[in-house]
Amino acid sequence: MNIADIINPANLVMEKTKVMNDTPMHYCPGCSHGVVHKLIGEIIEEMDIQDKTIGIAPVGCAVFAYQYLDIDWQQAAHGRAPALATAVKRLLPDRYVFTYQGDGDLAAIGTAETIHAANRGENITIIFINNGIYGMTGGQMAPTTLQGMKSSTSPTGRDIPRNGFPLNITNLLAQLEGTCYVTRQSVHTVASVRKCKKAIQKGFENSMLNKGTSVIEIVSTCSSGWKMTPADSNDWMVENMFPAYPMGDLKNI
Amino acid sequence: MSTEKKHNTEEVRLMKGNEAIAHAAIRCGCDGYFGYPITPQSEIMETLMDLEPWNTTGMVVLQAESETASINMVYGAAGCGKKAMTSSSSPGVSLMQEGISYMVGAELPCVIVNVMRGGPGLGTIQPSQADYFQTVKGGGHGDYKLITLAPASVQEMADFMVKSFDLAFKYRTPVMILADGIIGQMMEKVVLPPFTPRWTEEEIREQTPWATLGKTPDRKPNVINSLRLEAADMEKLNLVLQSRYREIEQKEVLFEEFECADADYIIVAFGITARICQKTVELARQKGIKAGLIRPITLYPFPTAQIKEYADKVKGMISVEMSAGQMIEDVRLAVNGKVPVEFYGRMGGIVPSPEEVLEALENKLIG
Ligand SMILES: Cc1ncc(C[n+]2csc(CCOP(=O)(O)OP(=O)(O)O)c2C)c(N)n1
Ligand code: SF4
Ligand SMILES: [Mg+2]
Repeated sequence: MNIADIINPANLVMEKTKVMNDTPMHYCPGCSHGVVHKLIGEIIEEMDIQDKTIGIAPVGCAVFAYQYLDIDWQQAAHGRAPALATAVKRLLPDRYVFTYQGDGDLAAIGTAETIHAANRGENITIIFINNGIYGMTGGQMAPTTLQGMKSSTSPTGRDIPRNGFPLNITNLLAQLEGTCYVTRQSVHTVASVRKCKKAIQKGFENSMLNKGTSVIEIVSTCSSGWKMTPADSNDWMVENMFPAYPMGDLKNI
Repeated sequence: MSTEKKHNTEEVRLMKGNEAIAHAAIRCGCDGYFGYPITPQSEIMETLMDLEPWNTTGMVVLQAESETASINMVYGAAGCGKKAMTSSSSPGVSLMQEGISYMVGAELPCVIVNVMRGGPGLGTIQPSQADYFQTVKGGGHGDYKLITLAPASVQEMADFMVKSFDLAFKYRTPVMILADGIIGQMMEKVVLPPFTPRWTEEEIREQTPWATLGKTPDRKPNVINSLRLEAADMEKLNLVLQSRYREIEQKEVLFEEFECADADYIIVAFGITARICQKTVELARQKGIKAGLIRPITLYPFPTAQIKEYADKVKGMISVEMSAGQMIEDVRLAVNGKVPVEFYGRMGGIVPSPEEVLEALENKLIG
């Protein structure tokens, strides 16, 4: 049997979503970004909203998100995605507008833009990849880096007196009147991927119901930044990240 | 107040420069204003909020959480092919520099109004022209130029609002209206521009095929982006920008002359300072001194060729500015050493009088 016999339409059981193109991804093996991209692509295809969706890409490892999903994108300056999304949604209220942001982007440099967009209740969907580190710049400490967690700028581990506490920004966003749906998800198992997909879809649907901002945090791994194998990263995430950033809905109205 | 009353059709009005900006923005079909309050230009957003254009033209007016957010909202709106603008004063415009650089890199049109006040730092709320360098020489990171229009009257505040959007879309670039606290605050008669409807989505698709309105099956995704990882690609974008700047320098120079034909001495001044120097020219001529005035209206592109021409005819020039001397560098580049180019300026929000400018001209150029 050769490869042509195997890759043959008769054997097709599952197809990649058409919203995702064939550009090879630059993400490291085991990285959560790729999985979440796929979920977004699937949701856009299933909801049939490719022509009505505008994504706002961050600065961070997902800066190239626009290379992988065949939708219209705007690439924002570091942290400013929610400001862009605000204007896009206000001027095109019948479009699905989402931001895709890392923890440095959303919870450090873009804290003000994030909180104020959510507080205004902009009808946008915020997808927040919390891997507890600055992946793109080589593994520096992030606002969400755990106490004691090592990074290239906290080589002996995050020290609270020196570095402050890990910022649980999703809890904070859940307290704002402007948010309608705030949830924390992961994509490390088949079951969690399925749940996460439902959550993202709900976020997209909410944006047309004039209910306010939806925030989907995805607690993620960064095997390169964490300096672990992908499998070890998953275990470490469950053991260490989940207690600090517990799974589940924080708000759902 | 009824909408009819608010959008008065009476064409000659008496209002502040800041108010004229707001009225003209609505009238020229602006889609979105995003701003953060700062003196001496808060009347722009206040007037817009009072006029409630969302009920008439559908224009979005939003008070942002900062100037950083404002300019990035403008980026988002402009990325959708919308006519978007912001306004601020010096400290706020400093905060916008990152966003302006990104908009240049992403080739996005917009209008930014800077009603300048004295700096550096928190400075003063009094008028100033000290942001010339920031505006004309770059401001943010990277190689770029901002088309800069310097109004000298309330009428020009209104007129340049319309013109700025035209230029911004023609060249896919941010355009700056560089005013100052006096122009923003003073009241004058103004004829407002006629109402032009906002672009429909169909018109946007036609005028700005790059806009992110949602990917339709007939085209590839549109991506608004300033990132070019490959140096060669980055240079290519820079070459596009630079060739656009050469075209702008050829086609878009605007300036005004006053009593220059027989002048021995030329004052170069922009904005409100030019209005003051016009009086200086009159005073000088009463004393038998043949003075003239060149008022650059576009600070970039600068009227280099025109000033250069006068360098062959006059005995000297003096650049008069409400700063420590910024535009003078461009005047000197144009004159290229042919005649002396002197400077007179006041800083920190002090407005020079026509008499003190005349005294400076006599002392520095005539001796
Ligand atoms: C204004 C500005 N400051 C700093 C940077 C450098 N920078 C690029 S990505 C990044 C951190 C990204 O981390 P995160 O948002 O957590 O995304 P991740 O790569 O982990 O997905 C930084 C600091 C930048 N591009 N712009
Ligand atoms: S550095 Fe981390 S976040 Fe970036 S692609 Fe690699 S694993 Fe993913
Ligand atoms: Mg991160």
